[in-house]
Amino acid sequence: MTTTAESTTPELGRSRARKEDARLLTGRTRWTDTIALPGTLHLSVVRSPVAHARITGIDTEEARRLPGVLGVYTVRDLAAEGVSLPCSWSITPDQKTPHHPPLAVDTVRFAGEGVAVVIARDAATARDASELVVPDFEDLPPVLDMEAALAQDATLVHPDFGTNASAHWVFDSEEAGTGESADRLIAAAESDSDSVVIRRRYRQQRLIPAFMEPRSVLVDPTGEQYVIWTSTQVPHFVRIFMALMTGIPEHKLRVIAPDVGGGFGGKLQVTPEEVLCTLAARKLGRPVKWTETRSESMLSGHHGRDQVQHVTLAAKRDGTVTALKVEILADMGAYLVLVGPAIPILGAYLYNSIYKFDAYRLECTNVFTSKTPTDAYRGAGRPEATFAIERTMDELAAELGRDPMDVRRQNWITHEEFPFTTVAGLHYDSGNYEAATAKAVELFDYDGLRREQQQRRDAGDPVQLGIGISTFTEMCGLAPSRWFGEQGYVAGGWERASIRMLPTGKVEVVTGASAHGQGHETAWSQIVADQLGVAFDDVEVLHGDTQIAHKGLDTYGSRSLVVGGIAVVNAAKKVIAKARTVAAHLLEASEDDLEFSGGRFTVRGTDKGMAIGELAFAALQAHNYPEGVEPSLDSSATFDPDAFSYPHGTHLAAMEVDTETGRATLRRYVCVDDVGNAVNPLLVEGQVHGGLAQGIAQALFEEANYDEQGTLVNGTFVDYTLPSAADLPSFTTDRTETPSTTNPLGVKGVGEAGTIASTPAIVNGIIDAVRHLGVTEIEMPCTPQRVWRAIQEAQGRTTQETPIDTHSPGAGLGSIDPNNPQEEEVQ
Amino acid sequence: MAQVRVTVDGVEYVDDVEPRTLLVYYLRERLGKVGTVVGCDTSNCGACTVHLDGRSVKSCAVLAVQVDGCEVTTIEGLARDGELHPVQKAFHECHALQCGFCTPGMILQAIDLLGDNSDPDEQEVREGIEGNLCRCTGYQNIVRAVQSAAQAMKPGAAARVEAPVTVAGD
Repeated sequence: MTTTAESTTPELGRSRARKEDARLLTGRTRWTDTIALPGTLHLSVVRSPVAHARITGIDTEEARRLPGVLGVYTVRDLAAEGVSLPCSWSITPDQKTPHHPPLAVDTVRFAGEGVAVVIARDAATARDASELVVPDFEDLPPVLDMEAALAQDATLVHPDFGTNASAHWVFDSEEAGTGESADRLIAAAESDSDSVVIRRRYRQQRLIPAFMEPRSVLVDPTGEQYVIWTSTQVPHFVRIFMALMTGIPEHKLRVIAPDVGGGFGGKLQVTPEEVLCTLAARKLGRPVKWTETRSESMLSGHHGRDQVQHVTLAAKRDGTVTALKVEILADMGAYLVLVGPAIPILGAYLYNSIYKFDAYRLECTNVFTSKTPTDAYRGAGRPEATFAIERTMDELAAELGRDPMDVRRQNWITHEEFPFTTVAGLHYDSGNYEAATAKAVELFDYDGLRREQQQRRDAGDPVQLGIGISTFTEMCGLAPSRWFGEQGYVAGGWERASIRMLPTGKVEVVTGASAHGQGHETAWSQIVADQLGVAFDDVEVLHGDTQIAHKGLDTYGSRSLVVGGIAVVNAAKKVIAKARTVAAHLLEASEDDLEFSGGRFTVRGTDKGMAIGELAFAALQAHNYPEGVEPSLDSSATFDPDAFSYPHGTHLAAMEVDTETGRATLRRYVCVDDVGNAVNPLLVEGQVHGGLAQGIAQALFEEANYDEQGTLVNGTFVDYTLPSAADLPSFTTDRTETPSTTNPLGVKGVGEAGTIASTPAIVNGIIDAVRHLGVTEIEMPCTPQRVWRAIQEAQGRTTQETPIDTHSPGAGLGSIDPNNPQEEEVQ
Repeated sequence: MAQVRVTVDGVEYVDDVEPRTLLVYYLRERLGKVGTVVGCDTSNCGACTVHLDGRSVKSCAVLAVQVDGCEVTTIEGLARDGELHPVQKAFHECHALQCGFCTPGMILQAIDLLGDNSDPDEQEVREGIEGNLCRCTGYQNIVRAVQSAAQAMKPGAAARVEAPVTVAGD
């Protein structure tokens, strides 16, 4: 970077502790629920306990009589029957998108859907009163299973559509001109003795994002504008959609995402409660606040994953893969929410992953069920894709009797082949899978662990060792606006940044990205410090308020750095260009004779110079300014990427499986990620750690379970088993740096990488440990019970299904089914 | 209503409270101690952890009336004269927080753990903070921070510790 200070250490690549920590460490944090305005009223939502029913009446009398209650409203009382929460993505032109009011009108479609709201003087009274509201329901059969939902005589979630299928999306490499016909190559392989065809069905269980800060909304209608504080990843989306839904003009709405306690996609949403608080505040003329309980959060906040994948892979017996075909059923839940329908599609271009296949076809059917709507959860489509291909590459290796790493090596894109256009039509700019893999294999002691595995097998050790591999890439930095348009998304993919040069030499950076734990304040400060040659501590990063960052497209899809960070760089370049003109004028030199370095313009060959801060002061005074130039150095830039970035990496897991109890323990985890140049390696490492924990949790611990009535049975932290510190080991993380060629910093996204890569590494490791016993598949989460059962079944022993198998993710961490009499017999 | 007399972060309060009021809501809504947060409704997440007479408790599992005559320390009472507690400092230096929502509770639990065991190994730290959930960090840097703080808090360790991190606004 030409403008980097030569005399000081570059900030880029420096592991700095974060500037945002100071408030978080001392309890000075501004969570939405912490913000208190005089006269605030509190809203509580009355939620349906049943999954599918007609509402025959709602008795609100008793609730209304409770002292301190200001009102009990149904959707009609709020005149909101016609309001529909946004779905911003149509994956096909004929996608069926249901009307989605903020409270159910006549029919409830999932347990947890709101049917009324109570407004009271305090939160406790509002909750007390909401328990006195008595809705009457006429039960309808719930739609729970996606495959059954598509049958001819299925109950319909939205009868007007005549089907539970929302959309059917197809990619075919032959039709796209990016490859051959997968159907044809698979058919050919089936009749060719020199080929193999692998068929597998995988289940991506339903997960709950489970950000630590429960969502909260506070709407103040008392000023000139409505001010909405909300715990969201997307304040700019909320502002636009709130204007469209409520008719409040956009310029009369200000949305603030103050400190936001995690999101992981779970706060990439425009929620019913944001609308309800706004409508109630408008009706009552007083501030209205809603803060969810954890149980409400898990029941009604959107869920993630929930797909069934049928994978067919054809390969030559020498290990060369020829074709891949994937058929997906994706559970949308009862409604299409913000980007819900597109989640499987965000993975659809990546099932071929790092490999060179001749043909690829993907069909995805989005299905309505009587469950909580699904939408983004960390990785959003890409973990599902990575899981499917990485599990299947292991199955191919097993079929051929080969080392699974060798089979991958044989099929992956080599580093000399970049840039590379894939069979799914993506243009991978850079990568070095060999380098990342070599480093990971060495750190892991792959060969040593393979030897140990063989020894344990030979010795008949009851605790078997398995090695799980996941080599992955992902597309991140959503997204070139043109691509979004082609995919049916209503928003663009650009990001905006502004730099304000303050007259005392300090700098304010305004970003349209909206951080909720990532560390943008630190990373953006580092970028600006390098660009402008100012001190890290002299930079203040402002975000998350539509009045300050009036334009922005927020934070999701690992986009903040690779899109928003580049906007910051571009804004800084404009500042320097403006400052150069002023410096030339004041130094009485030609612009061409000026050098900018270390925050200072100097006249080449002289000791004459001015610091950029002095030029900012000169702009304040404007007493002596170049003719016809506006007196300001402030600059903005809007950056629309023309490509994705493609992080990649190799993840290796050593799994120990106790074949007598089914307990799978993660003994060692090594990952080498390539996220290009790292702005702040400390933050990169933190993102990877957290991502790994969530991906590992999908493999081992978590699932949102519903019973036959469509009730979420584990909607609390007692039984939705989020991993604790004691459930995870320390990870060995390392990096290779292959700079992205599609942006000036050479950076790639990192927020989702760990989650995308880790799930198949764990499951491959478990299956590798017990494959010699005949096990070829274990559904996630791979709880002791499921692993044990898979071993028993592979050995030809019978086991008994109990309700605990289907309605709880293996009954917790390490517990054994107490209702299963088979348990003792086998031991 | 029941009366409680309680010292919170060095200040004494006397208040009438509803018997059903949980300590965490008393701290937040009556005393404005909003650094202590509510993360769940089943006493699983530990985000609301405070010290009650020097030992960690989940303040969502304690009634306000139970703390009559007690001393409570929250995250807001840890720094002394603008200088962070060694555990706060270690969390900062080791990047042991991301969104920061679990951080107050995690820090108070870590201090309690170090009171019992001044030199815990990795597994002891992991088990000692098992009742506090974090969704961002994967716990690795939290474990590192707790162990780093243990070293910094050893007698005579002060000389090896970096200059204190000053807290803006204090």
